[in-house]
Amino acid sequence: MSENVEVKTLVIDGQEASARRGQTILEVARENNINIPTLCHLEGLSDVGACRLCLVEIAGSNKLLPACVATVSEGMEVSTNTERLAKHRRTILELLFAERNHICSVCVANGHCELQSLGQSQGLTHVRLPYRNPELTVDASHERFTLDHNRCILCTRCVRVCAEIEGAHVWDVMGRGINSMVITDLNDDWGNSSCTRCGKCVQVCPTGALFDKSQIGSEHPKHPDFLPYLNLMREAQ
Amino acid sequence: MSQTITIDPVTRLEGHGKITIQLNGQGGVEDAHFHVTQVRGFERFAQGRPFYEMPSLMARICGICPVSHLIASAKACEAIMSVRIPHTAAQLRRMLNLAQMVQSHALSFFYLASPDLLLGMESDPASRHIFGVVSAKPELGRAGIALRRFGQHIIELLGDKRIHPGWVVPGGVTEPLSPAKRDEILAMIPEAYANVKLALAAYKQIADSFKPEIEVFANFPSLFMGLINEDESVEFTDGTLRLIDAKGNIVDDGITASRFTEVIGEAVEAYSYTKFAYYKPLGYPEGSYRVGPLARLNIAKTMGTPLADKELAEFKQLAEGPVQGSFYYHHARLVDMLYGIEKIEQILSDPLILDTHVRATAGVNRLEGAGQAEAPRGTLMHNYKVDENGLITWANLVIATGQNNNAMNKGVLQAARHYIKDGKFSEGILNRIEAVVRTFDPCLSCSTHAFGQMPLDVTLISADGEIVDRVMR
Repeated sequence: MSENVEVKTLVIDGQEASARRGQTILEVARENNINIPTLCHLEGLSDVGACRLCLVEIAGSNKLLPACVATVSEGMEVSTNTERLAKHRRTILELLFAERNHICSVCVANGHCELQSLGQSQGLTHVRLPYRNPELTVDASHERFTLDHNRCILCTRCVRVCAEIEGAHVWDVMGRGINSMVITDLNDDWGNSSCTRCGKCVQVCPTGALFDKSQIGSEHPKHPDFLPYLNLMREAQ
Repeated sequence: MSQTITIDPVTRLEGHGKITIQLNGQGGVEDAHFHVTQVRGFERFAQGRPFYEMPSLMARICGICPVSHLIASAKACEAIMSVRIPHTAAQLRRMLNLAQMVQSHALSFFYLASPDLLLGMESDPASRHIFGVVSAKPELGRAGIALRRFGQHIIELLGDKRIHPGWVVPGGVTEPLSPAKRDEILAMIPEAYANVKLALAAYKQIADSFKPEIEVFANFPSLFMGLINEDESVEFTDGTLRLIDAKGNIVDDGITASRFTEVIGEAVEAYSYTKFAYYKPLGYPEGSYRVGPLARLNIAKTMGTPLADKELAEFKQLAEGPVQGSFYYHHARLVDMLYGIEKIEQILSDPLILDTHVRATAGVNRLEGAGQAEAPRGTLMHNYKVDENGLITWANLVIATGQNNNAMNKGVLQAARHYIKDGKFSEGILNRIEAVVRTFDPCLSCSTHAFGQMPLDVTLISADGEIVDRVMR
């Protein structure tokens, strides 16, 4: 073992685990087959800790930490699946569903949507908050793809994949807080932007916000699993 | 003293409506109206959506005939794309539409109308429903349920879902037909034949006993409109529209979806959320016409299938020229069903039916498109305008119920005038007036989502607003 590698030992959900220094709680949990729900996290992209679904409890601290960006420390005792966390996760999902217009039955991602799957796996049965029903636009100017702001949850996966993997940085976020919107270039139409038409953003989008026009009416599974492979190949070069 | 009788809601219909009957000082019927009391707003909230989403959005209008909306909508989108869909896709859609017609007609005839027809207009309202039919005539009740299942199951086999299948898309369908599914459908056909023949025999046995109702159930001369093929056979999915007058003369022919709005206008009456379609050259209300099973059979020279053709010949014997009595919608519905089963069998024998090329693709090539099809209850037309990116800027839907609206209103008035004398009426009389509307099988809010039991509440209100009498069920 190289002297730079420092091993940390910790306990996750009562299970002892060892980790390398600098690893995130999420990485270690997944290595040990402990599932922590995530939404903005995607293997192969940098983490932003935006969605807060991966919050975990740390013994001795009242603060909840996002497992995707919190790194491990020696002797840490992590709980990933408590009543309190379940309640918070459901509330986060309710906020997401209430924020924009998520109509699963007519959505192209129905059955392949990470938001929908999380709603199911986290036991979301009702949204207790009033729906905001904002009037949002659809950008269908791109020849191949469509952006529907109604279904965007601002996870910024599209922004990160475009900047970090494709290297084009066409996508970004405009505005603040609840008024934030993903945009292409300086808020130009997608069809008139510097988009390279690679389609990575569509593949990593967890909902039906970004979709392939030719997939309408069909099952529209996304394939974000290419990212770690792509990274590996690039590192090898 | 003038009075108003209100039947609200009208029961055993798809959707919510009410009937008001205004009595004059002598207790005779002054006027009567059939009101559709709810607004849906589909044409408005479709604005801003990509056109290729329209079929699945518009199908949500109705749980009973979503397929008609899927097809009319997809055809409107294909006009925007300027594509012709592959032959196999057209045949598969035709089969889907026919399967839906069979299940919807089974619902209309057995679940909604047969309690009146088989148990009697005056029978106990507490058991005048499908369960009453099942206990009094178990064979027929079972046949009705089986026919509905037949249609629904074909829809499920083709589109993966019984209601709102996502299979029909602009350009065709998403999946070809598998041999296993074809064989499963073929295996269901003999039972379907037996059931529809049972229903036809039962109907013909009782039809004569309804002569008084036949006389006054929206029985008057009118225009008729429906889809027809070049060989003058009946058509549900493609073809063009023909309009005939009360004597059977062709008034207009070869009406394509793009010409529909040139010749058909929509009038608005303050008392209803449903519009009143009319043939523009004749104006409103003179240009009002009827659509649906009765219109289709009046217009077609042939069904194009042997068993249904025999039934059509018998049907044409009912009158010289077009059959005018709306009671015969029930009869025509059964002939439609027989045709549907035969045609599905024919389509399945098409050598290209298993072909895997079932979808054409294209972008926006025109900024406006229209599509038409026959819904079970009559002609349906969707018309959209889009911007250059394909986002909907305007949508208009002309539904069958709107095209029958004037006839339904006239029919309600005709029956009310006949039955209500000296301001007196019974539950059985009011049921007959409701039954006039049921002959048309209208789809009011186009939804199966009735919740709980719908009461019949008839209130007699005097001119000064005082409740004179009230009958509740």
